[in-house]
Amino acid sequence: MRHLVILGAGTAGTVMANRLARSLRREIAAGTTRITIVDQDPVHIYQPGLLFIPFGVYTVDQAVRGRAAQLPKAVRYVQSRIESLDTATDTVTLADGEVLSYDLCIVATGTRIVPEELDGLTGAGWGERMFEFYTLEGAERLAKALQEFKGGRLLINVVEMPIKCPVAPLEFAFLADWFFTERGLRDKVSITYATPLDGAFTKPACSRSLAYLLEGKRIALETEFNAGRVDGTAGELVSWDERTLPFDLLVSIPTHKGAEFITRAPGLGNEMGFVLTDPRTLQAKVKPNVFAIGDATDVPASKAGSVAHFEAEVLTGNVLRFLEGKPLEPGFDGHANCFIETGHHKALLIDFNYETEPLPGNFPFAWGPMPLLKESRLNHLGKLAFRHVYWNALLPGHDFPGIPARMKRAGKRFPVATATP
Amino acid sequence: MPALTAVARTAEGFLERASDWDRDLAAELAAESGVGPLTDRHWLVLDYMRNTYLVKGDGPTIRTLGKESGVDIKELYQLFPKGPAKLAARIAGIPKPHGCI
Repeated sequence: MRHLVILGAGTAGTVMANRLARSLRREIAAGTTRITIVDQDPVHIYQPGLLFIPFGVYTVDQAVRGRAAQLPKAVRYVQSRIESLDTATDTVTLADGEVLSYDLCIVATGTRIVPEELDGLTGAGWGERMFEFYTLEGAERLAKALQEFKGGRLLINVVEMPIKCPVAPLEFAFLADWFFTERGLRDKVSITYATPLDGAFTKPACSRSLAYLLEGKRIALETEFNAGRVDGTAGELVSWDERTLPFDLLVSIPTHKGAEFITRAPGLGNEMGFVLTDPRTLQAKVKPNVFAIGDATDVPASKAGSVAHFEAEVLTGNVLRFLEGKPLEPGFDGHANCFIETGHHKALLIDFNYETEPLPGNFPFAWGPMPLLKESRLNHLGKLAFRHVYWNALLPGHDFPGIPARMKRAGKRFPVATATP
Repeated sequence: MPALTAVARTAEGFLERASDWDRDLAAELAAESGVGPLTDRHWLVLDYMRNTYLVKGDGPTIRTLGKESGVDIKELYQLFPKGPAKLAARIAGIPKPHGCI
């Protein structure tokens, strides 16, 4: 009996469980293959919703569903913390002592925020004037603080890269501008966006478009700002090179790390706990029967649900190839596709991969209907509709018509000098 | 001695070929970036960066530098203001670190 173990039942793990349960349904029915998936908590969060909770657009109830209901019946779901992964003996040990022996393991444990990594962040003022929105609790606390905020200095800071959904902090800034405009408070609120990057976003072409939006929305941009410490009592964020940014309300995007067990497994992950992974095949570097997907990997793609979705298509093929003893296909190109909420019922859409920067054009087809790298109402509606797509098509692991895993070049306006066939 | 003008570089000033680098070129790269004159403390970082790159194929992050180069993060920012990982990589003649995605 072959045993496949998936660690983590977030976006990536759930999609893999659904895809593999379908692809291997005959083997599972015949009793020659079984699949187990492990996650430590019972709730599946629609993570794009975390951005909207602080502004009262979504409630917590609208952003969560039970984990088990998103998983196929043919897969065994174990709710437990993962104690360790031993790649030498091909075993996973759970917190309650249960040991799972696997033939193939997929690490899909995502990221977690570690606010303690910034000196002072979890000290005085944490949860009072210093917040985060990467957890349900954090997003809810921030919602209350924004409701009560009557004016002053709002500071948004990315502590260090990589982070989950690199556009989310910018979207937060745009939505804050909209939120305070609607409440008639915009003139009493200053908004500053401080990032360790040398531009507003990770991709230069995109940074230029976004910088223009920031300017129009009167959001001050502080680049190459590497936060060294924060004082919640004085309301000061100080960089390693001694620049001080004062605030009345700090929205911090804390340091991200992978699951703790990854750092404890020799050769599995990097210093941040992200799995050392082949960027094209998604096989872990530690051993051939270990794979990784989604935010848990160290591949140089954005940590985002769309990336996990595209990776899942490639990884499913490679898992099946591995089980059949065939060579893997280097099929993943780093494809990401993100809506960027810009407020006032508009959104931007970007589509890119390892080699191609976000370009202007149309998506998913050359004629549209959605414009790329340009604000539009249709993109905003797309973002809102995406919640239903997420639960009903993405998590079940269905392909999207017209949007293959490999990024399409059609519809994008390439700069003439770099265009290739 | 390869002069700075004679070596191929990226739009951001990183060397196209790490093999073009030598210690004199580093001094020129440093001067161009407003760093230096290069002291033993600078060299501790630069040598560590270059060795890491030659062994692992990618430069270290600021976090690793602070832990393992022998120079803490605070001093790294004094030696290489603004972005130590990026700036030191450029002076050490290695490609821009992948850390900033």
